[in-house]
Amino acid sequence: MTSQLAVELAYWQQTILRSVGVIAAVLLPAGTIVYLFLFKMMSFMQSRLGPNEAGPYGSMQLLAEVGKFLQKEDLVPDGADRRVFTWAPIVVVASTFLTYVVVPFGPDAWFARIPAGIYFALAVSSLSVIGVLMAGWSSANKYSLMGGLRAAGQLIAYELPLVLAVLGVVIQAGTMDMQGIVAAQRNGEIFGFGGIGNPFIITQIVGFLIFLVAMQAELTQPPFDMPVAESELVAGYMTEYSGFRFLLFFIGEFATAGAFSAIAATLFLGGWSVPGIDPDNNLMNVLGPVVLLLKILLIMFLVMWFRVTYPRFREDQLQIFAWKYLIPLSLVNIAATAVLKVVF
Amino acid sequence: MTAVTERQQLAYIANQAADMRVNVELETEGMTLNIGPQHPATHGTLRIIVKLDGEQVVAADPVPGYMHRGYEKLAEVRTYPQVTTLVNRIDWLGSFANEVPFILAAERLMDVEAPPRAQWIRTILFELSRIANIALFLGDMAVQLGAVTPVFYAFRDREYVLNQIEAITGGRFHPNFDRIGGLKDDIPKGWVAETKGVLVKMREFCDELDELLMGNEIFNARTRGVGVIPPEVGLSYGLSGANLRASGVDWDHRRDSPCGLVYDKLDWKVWTHPDGDSYARYWVRLQETREAILMLEQLLDGIPSGPIMAKVPRIIKVPAGEAYVATENPLGEMGYYVVSKGDLVPFRVKIRSASFNNISIVPWVLRGVYVPDVITILASLYFILGDIDR
Amino acid sequence: MSLVPGVIKGLAVTLGEARKTVFPDGFLKPPAPSKGAVTVQYPRVKEDPTPRARGVIALHEENCTACMLCARECPDWCIYIEAHKYLAPPRREGGKPRQRNELDRFDIDFSLCMYCGICVEVCPFEALFWSPEYEFSEPRIADLLHDKSRLADWMTTVPDFEAYEAGSEAKVKKVPR
Repeated sequence: MTSQLAVELAYWQQTILRSVGVIAAVLLPAGTIVYLFLFKMMSFMQSRLGPNEAGPYGSMQLLAEVGKFLQKEDLVPDGADRRVFTWAPIVVVASTFLTYVVVPFGPDAWFARIPAGIYFALAVSSLSVIGVLMAGWSSANKYSLMGGLRAAGQLIAYELPLVLAVLGVVIQAGTMDMQGIVAAQRNGEIFGFGGIGNPFIITQIVGFLIFLVAMQAELTQPPFDMPVAESELVAGYMTEYSGFRFLLFFIGEFATAGAFSAIAATLFLGGWSVPGIDPDNNLMNVLGPVVLLLKILLIMFLVMWFRVTYPRFREDQLQIFAWKYLIPLSLVNIAATAVLKVVF
Repeated sequence: MTAVTERQQLAYIANQAADMRVNVELETEGMTLNIGPQHPATHGTLRIIVKLDGEQVVAADPVPGYMHRGYEKLAEVRTYPQVTTLVNRIDWLGSFANEVPFILAAERLMDVEAPPRAQWIRTILFELSRIANIALFLGDMAVQLGAVTPVFYAFRDREYVLNQIEAITGGRFHPNFDRIGGLKDDIPKGWVAETKGVLVKMREFCDELDELLMGNEIFNARTRGVGVIPPEVGLSYGLSGANLRASGVDWDHRRDSPCGLVYDKLDWKVWTHPDGDSYARYWVRLQETREAILMLEQLLDGIPSGPIMAKVPRIIKVPAGEAYVATENPLGEMGYYVVSKGDLVPFRVKIRSASFNNISIVPWVLRGVYVPDVITILASLYFILGDIDR
Repeated sequence: MSLVPGVIKGLAVTLGEARKTVFPDGFLKPPAPSKGAVTVQYPRVKEDPTPRARGVIALHEENCTACMLCARECPDWCIYIEAHKYLAPPRREGGKPRQRNELDRFDIDFSLCMYCGICVEVCPFEALFWSPEYEFSEPRIADLLHDKSRLADWMTTVPDFEAYEAGSEAKVKKVPR
């Protein structure tokens, strides 16, 4: 990263730049997703307008909501385990930040280049399960506990299809490094035609669909939102949280959505690369994040579209769907990919 | 429509029983859950005390009364037009339908018959309020199941029906339009053509919901086989309306005892479904909405000309006697038992409301179901608190 | 049984609704969600209620004889009437003075009013009329008691009675102006 810049920066200056960069990288997609899809797209699908007073076309609504949450009273229930209660949202948000670390935004615009990038991303994204359990347990509320347990069960069950769907991509790309996967898609060819590279969504369409469904469940979005919506009463494990802590959960939910979409865009849609523009061009360091953001929005459009349309699964139906349908399908996908990789 | 086979029903019950055996062995202790008066799932302030064993319901006990407003006592000190105004507020979603059986009972006591034009327009408003009421149910059950969009379509399309009711009566939710001997006023110019346009929109709404929900595999998985009520059990608990017809019982007051409404002059059919589960209750109500639209098209074409009000004295004193009239309201069978002693005010009005009997089956039907299914079953039984508590 | 699974058809429905909201005139015109959505952006845009809508009650004082029928029939007892008798001069020369009622106070408490319309209906002299006005909310509940002059002001907002549909034998009444 430093070799491309005109000015030689000291290590501590690079660290500050990286920290600011990761905060922007986390919050910008989250804010865009919340405004575009949660506020506006959902409203249009329901024949209504959505927020349109705060800022032009309601674009500042999220800032207004942030301000509202910040000025609320900070409540900790009496019987709650205070330290665990405080750390739960921080654990959830921390896992999101860690996931963004390995996503490449351009040929040289990345935070850390880990050879087992996708493995690291999937591993740290599972940390949020601990945060959810901490929230459910420490709330001193029977119903939060049950919501937290349900959420933990669901999240763990859907980790497996998520990982297995990614395995097909790894087999096809030959590497676990995220930049390597982007390069494999850019340089690949479809039956000799190299115009648009080889985005893995074409050959790994089954894997993509499994990843999409598992992602929907990992984010506890409808149709998989039993832990949040009906958990005996209010908001499941998030019930006792108010003010800034709830804001952390809320932003964390959509930042995680952005993180998973970024991973999906990198694995299946080609990441930051655009067919036609030379990847080593320094322009791609600026254009790459924009392209990645557009691909993130495309995937989030699908996720939110499902959210608006479907009723929710019951908990046992959810688990049956994961264990009896998605996992065998993803195993078949891996086997087929392995065979076809050797044949072709 | 495929019937849930007996084998499937028995398999579901066997599954529940097997789970309960496991729970007993593991000694998971019982938990009492209060689906309390304030809850998004109940249509108002209904309290259901549910004893759980893990995720399953062992016993359920509905506690109504949080919205009791004392209608029957109030009716003893209000004149007949004033009682008509009050009675609008029992089932507040299909509000014209509440006035009809009361007025019919009073007309029977006075031995007055409304002129044909008034009877036709009464039937038109009755069916319009049925559409308004059931359209909301179709959206509301979806939102209890987690689909957030159909409820917006329901409210949006219901607005058109409410606008039509407002154009003729002056009030969207509380029309206060039925009078002993006829109706308060006649229909304004252009109303029939506008209402026909609204019916087109309502038909599109029904088709939209059909595509969005009825074929949806998730919706089917959540509602098929859930909350099965056999017809004998339904009859013995006093269920009525679509709940009973969804269990296969062919019971409809509009066809059997129209008394004062003009259903015998129309060409329509009664919809039943053999399954008796939540899917059947949703399906029957959807078909009833479509049938109401068909009936309204026939009704709007055939309004006879004539006076809108029979000759009744200005100050109404109903002669002594008692009368009971029950009609097929959107929620079920609603009846008024009016006892008069020849006074300006009724001596006693007993209101047989549909939802009160409909929720009496809650302890029976909730035994052994999972907690999320509790919400599904309550939503599919469709009660309105004003109707339960009066 | 159709070939397209229900989940896909459901997606088509929501996308179609979004299309109707954002592009109400088709894809060739620019997006216009304010036109396609059913939201009425009150208070910038106000919907007109129907002429018969029961918004507020207006009083035509010349017709009122303080017979108290409306106050008696109101289910909520929200109408307060006080009147006195006075002797008006005779109609012709040499006749008897006529006894007339004059209203001192005619208040309707709209915080109690059920908007049922019984008072308007029972008035034998047609002194009360419905007006579709609905914007009269007040910060204090006491201000919802409309007195005689305010009720007379509402008369300017009372619309004329509409014509009836074909086949009706009812006669259209006239609003005294």
